[in-house]
Amino acid sequence: MSSEPHHDAPAQGPDLAGPDTGMAPGTIPTSGHAPGHDEHIHPAPRNPLFRYIFSTDHKVIGIQFLFSGLIFFVVGGLLALAIRWQLAWPWSDLPHLSALWDSSAGQMPPEFYNKLVTMHGTIMIFFVIIPILLGAFGNFLIPLMIGARDMAFPTLNMLSYWFMWPAFVLIVFSFFVPGGASEAGWTGYPPLSTAEWSTPGSLNGQTIWLMALLFAGISSMMGSINYITTVLMLRAPGMTLFRLPMTVWGLFITALLQAFALPVLTSALVMQLLDRVAGTNFFSPTGLSVANGPEEVGGGHPLLWQHLFWFYSHPAVYIMILPAMGIVSDVISTFSRKPLFGYKPMVFAIGAIALLGFIVWGHHMFQSGMNPALGATFMLSTMMIALPSAIKTFNWLGTMWGGSIHFTAAMLNAVAFVAMFVIGGLSGIFMAATPTDIHIHDTYFIVAHIHYVLFGGSSFGIFAALYYWFPKMFGRMMNETLGKIHFALSFVFFNGTFFPMHIVGMHAQPRRYADYTGFELFNNEAVIGLNQLMTVCAIGLGLSQLILVSNFVASLVAGRKAGANPWRANTLEWQTGSPPPHYNFERIPTVYHPAYEYSLPEAESDYLPQTEPRPPRAEPLDHIMA
Amino acid sequence: MSSATAPAHDNTFGQDDTYLYHHFDDLHQQHESSSLGMWAFLATEVLFFGGVLGAFAIVQTLHAPAMRAASHHLDVLLGAINTGVLLCSSLAMALAVRAAQLRQDRHTVWLLIATIVLGSAFLGIKAYEWIHDYHEELVPGLNFNQERYPGRQILFWSFYFTLTGIHALHMVIGIVIMAIMAVLVWRRWFTGGGATQIEMLGLYWHFVDIVWVFLYPILYLINK
Repeated sequence: MSSEPHHDAPAQGPDLAGPDTGMAPGTIPTSGHAPGHDEHIHPAPRNPLFRYIFSTDHKVIGIQFLFSGLIFFVVGGLLALAIRWQLAWPWSDLPHLSALWDSSAGQMPPEFYNKLVTMHGTIMIFFVIIPILLGAFGNFLIPLMIGARDMAFPTLNMLSYWFMWPAFVLIVFSFFVPGGASEAGWTGYPPLSTAEWSTPGSLNGQTIWLMALLFAGISSMMGSINYITTVLMLRAPGMTLFRLPMTVWGLFITALLQAFALPVLTSALVMQLLDRVAGTNFFSPTGLSVANGPEEVGGGHPLLWQHLFWFYSHPAVYIMILPAMGIVSDVISTFSRKPLFGYKPMVFAIGAIALLGFIVWGHHMFQSGMNPALGATFMLSTMMIALPSAIKTFNWLGTMWGGSIHFTAAMLNAVAFVAMFVIGGLSGIFMAATPTDIHIHDTYFIVAHIHYVLFGGSSFGIFAALYYWFPKMFGRMMNETLGKIHFALSFVFFNGTFFPMHIVGMHAQPRRYADYTGFELFNNEAVIGLNQLMTVCAIGLGLSQLILVSNFVASLVAGRKAGANPWRANTLEWQTGSPPPHYNFERIPTVYHPAYEYSLPEAESDYLPQTEPRPPRAEPLDHIMA
Repeated sequence: MSSATAPAHDNTFGQDDTYLYHHFDDLHQQHESSSLGMWAFLATEVLFFGGVLGAFAIVQTLHAPAMRAASHHLDVLLGAINTGVLLCSSLAMALAVRAAQLRQDRHTVWLLIATIVLGSAFLGIKAYEWIHDYHEELVPGLNFNQERYPGRQILFWSFYFTLTGIHALHMVIGIVIMAIMAVLVWRRWFTGGGATQIEMLGLYWHFVDIVWVFLYPILYLINK
């Protein structure tokens, strides 16, 4: 072994050489110098294959996740429009798409409707919201916001993106196998999912669905390990845990949720896969007979799947909302030009939501014949989640209160997040209460609830993040006017689409039914009329996203050049170039205070980057709230 | 800080600065990060096995008589021998980690080979058990004989083959990585002697070992 010093980095100029602080490794210097290692900066790879495709740079990986997530957003949205078409005008020809199925003269076959419902849910959850919030913004923002050069494990990070590709290919491929895509719902309940002849989609599609989710799960597992390690180990000098921006807290706690909940789904997926392909009997009940076939031997428990599935998939709901909560906190504070109200309570509230998220999964199973005493326990733990959620809402309002609010497109979307999250949160309490849930379970009320949380919440959060960090990602500003038009139309059409679902849901219109008009209760002007209104609004919602797409593409090419810090924000990612150089920071910054020092009376400007010390005359920070 | 002027670290793990990646401050931070990442991965693995084991615990509670009847077909002696073999392989792995930290490359390689041999012996005995089960018509999906083993006994065998199967898969992955590591250490590919890498591999191997320490009593002994 050679012990002589040898650096494979090219020789650097003296200005780039790191200061030798002469301190023990890991200690934080009191002067403005980071503890060295700047001489290891290498340039970005020149080969475009490794620079843009098989890149280990967290920024490139984040943008890769963003683009693939947005493409699947379009796919999932089109599936949703096809669902809405069938609900508004049952069994009428779907324009231009009737060629997809050759049977029944242009009508959508009911099993195709089931495929639409299943794949819309699966794609939106596993291929859009989680990859965009965690894959795209998590990868892009975490190292920049904590002042690191890259993720702790860059190669693992690259693999986490490329493990998504088998999932992408499989989920699209599943539409074209005999029998078509899965029809068991995004929840994949057995025995519908395990019995081969239960539906056409159960023939082959379900197996492919399981394999796609396994790959997506491995990708998420790699990502979460990377995020946890990076946040805990690679923070810049002075970046204590309680100086992290809320976005990083949201992503970090989400990564913990993912690391501790996702593997249980993985084991359940493996078990269902074995049930389908290897002849095990985990989830098939005794004596099950499908399509007049011989009785299966069985012996397993369908409810076992539900427990294992929801043990992951309830935390998954928080995986999809906590990063958006962090993002919205940062956006609201920046554009209110005010410190985030109650920073530490916000952090603990996110932590409490995550912890409670592990003990509430049973509220998805109130109708499964569960012991009422157990149901009451799950009801209580679910209700308790209202407390930290209310703390967060209260603190967002407190942040905006009396602030000098700048209504940019990002801010508008963030405010919409707060408002819609309140509606989605309140309707959640109805489902959490077992007596009410008996009435509204599996109706459109729950569909309204999940869309207020996942579209009104997560998607408006994604829009806010997109408008806010687009200048940092691509170095150009997005068009604000188009952004506001996109926001206004999305907001109106979103509410037009999903609010009436509460009403038809209270009227007991069931979810997942291809044709509700067969029931006398729903076969009237009012219910059908509301469904047509929802569909018209959904088409409007889909069309308004074209404004976002055109704004995105046009700004990418010809947007106004953004400076390093167009929003005059405090966090570290704005203290380097836009887009940031290959290794993020020429010199690792030193952090002096939390990220929310806006409008400090003693400071010269209305913001104070984390890299600048607080003025000596400034009041000390509140120990509880900041 | 360049290694020429850097103060002497106590925590270099026998490695020099050429082994330091660009985004870490120093070797200590790099080593701790690898370690934390590995532990986080093992935590996800605990929950992965925990999902199946939790399901098995429920089934075991609900259908104790059938589980007991099925469990009698397992050979406790072979399971005990396998436990011993695997514990010895963990000892060899622990010594390999120590040898790598001391930069004793030859020792490291031989101890890794010993671990591979012991791990393969475990897999051999396991394969013998599986083949025996096959001849006894106990494999669900292949030749399970419902008349011979009535009721819910098939559920026990579903869990048995899944649990031992994913455990064996983890062992195969570990053995393949160990073989690669042994070659790399032999060819002196690591600038730092591979101490960190082999330590992380050791963590993984001990984890796989501990999984078996849980599987053996749960599958073989609990119903005796």
